[in-house]
Amino acid sequence: MDAIIAVTPLYLAGMVKTLQLLVIAGIGAFIVGVFVAALRISPVPALRAFATAYTELIRNVPLLLVLFFFAYVMPILGSNLDYFTLAAIGLTVYTSPFVAEAVRSGINGVPVGQAEAARSIGLGFTQTVTLIVLPQAGRMVVPPLINVFIALTKNTSVAGLFFVDELFKATGPATRDYSDAIIPVLLYAGALYLSITVPLGILAGYIEKKVTVLR
Amino acid sequence: MSVLYDAPGPKTRRRSRIASVISILAIIGLLVWLYFTLAAPRISANGVETPGMFDPSRADILSDPILWQAFGRGVVNTLRMAAVAAILAVAVGILFSFGRSARSRWVRIPTTVILEFLRGLPVLLMIFFVFLVFSTGSYWAGVIGLGLYNGAIIGEALRAGIQALPRGQREAGMSIGLTVLQTRFFIEFPQAFRQMLPIIIAQLVVLLKDTSLAYVVSYQELARTIKGLQDFYGNRYLFTLYAVGLVLYLILNLSLSWLARYIARRSGPKQGATIDPEVPKIPGGDGTQALMLPLRGGNLKRGG
Repeated sequence: MDAIIAVTPLYLAGMVKTLQLLVIAGIGAFIVGVFVAALRISPVPALRAFATAYTELIRNVPLLLVLFFFAYVMPILGSNLDYFTLAAIGLTVYTSPFVAEAVRSGINGVPVGQAEAARSIGLGFTQTVTLIVLPQAGRMVVPPLINVFIALTKNTSVAGLFFVDELFKATGPATRDYSDAIIPVLLYAGALYLSITVPLGILAGYIEKKVTVLR
Repeated sequence: MSVLYDAPGPKTRRRSRIASVISILAIIGLLVWLYFTLAAPRISANGVETPGMFDPSRADILSDPILWQAFGRGVVNTLRMAAVAAILAVAVGILFSFGRSARSRWVRIPTTVILEFLRGLPVLLMIFFVFLVFSTGSYWAGVIGLGLYNGAIIGEALRAGIQALPRGQREAGMSIGLTVLQTRFFIEFPQAFRQMLPIIIAQLVVLLKDTSLAYVVSYQELARTIKGLQDFYGNRYLFTLYAVGLVLYLILNLSLSWLARYIARRSGPKQGATIDPEVPKIPGGDGTQALMLPLRGGNLKRGG
């Protein structure tokens, strides 16, 4: 119990960093991901191919290797950003294809009849997408998108291996200093992660149910 | 052809060609810029000029057999961990799927809680936990951590598969005199497993990627190999070493993904399948990331 109280300041500082990573990388990945998804449905084949290649490539590289690149290789290439920024960029890059896939699957989830109906009353590509498809896709996209952010929350722990003092990193000194209470100290860190992921999961389930009713 | 736009007429075709050419040029420009940025020699902080990233002086270690032996060991270690963890994950997944759809609430509720725990925690933390608490050594820490985490995800997929089966399957099993357990084993489970095979295999691809997380317990897999070789050869070779490691990972993952797609096509849901085709559809099907599992219709309710 003493150990739990003693590591709390350390853990809370880590938690703040974790949340910062989550928010920054989440917003970044959302922007990049939507852009990539837009490229993937665009009428220009070259852009589609580029977006597909980007998605396939990044999804097949382990997150650890992406962050490894940003933490160890970027400085050699002459970047002088601090490790937190590098990790945030790395998480953004890694998460963006998953956002793109979630958005794309939402767009694909809109029944073809909707797009056909829009086309048949004479709407063009832009009108069909912005007025008919996207408003419907938006609702369908939210639950998978939340799942991507849950995954991102867990993935921020990998940044701890690359010099970012987030929650997982804090378990290192905590377990070293309180080696007689390793289990509670680690479970404590786990509980803090769960305090982010479980509410997000419940939220996703709730929205999912609402969307299903609406359909 | 997408329904989003018409079959293009001559004007649109021309415009689309122009747009294509411009974007191809832009992409090529980007790649060329990247190449030259990487290839350019750079001045480090203390004023020493270091050669560009594609300079031969950075690639001369590629002819060193020690390097390839080390990478070979890294690949073997990665595969060794992934293979055993995959078997464990499928076994754990089967157990979880049974536990979660058990009729007794004394089995169902604890299983649900454990499952939520496992799905909500970072794999990294689990591997670290197993390593410290059970002193298993780095190999088994990785195997157990990955097996439990991915087992939880596979378990949810299997359960969704079982739940999506028409009630008639189960009722038919019971009506010919099989027990509840027999029905589950011989009637429901094989169908659910087959339906969910694409998802399970996609998850195993994720598992292969996640073996890199055993880095944290200093297991000598591929990513650790890069780090180890960096310490051995020095910083100036890091870019080369990283590029080799990246290519090896891509070869491993892309070939497994390809295999996954091939198997999914061959033994995935058949035409006229008994399951509502809406249910097992997974966008991308991925992730440390995982949890892209469909939540539709309460089939895969989280929380609760």
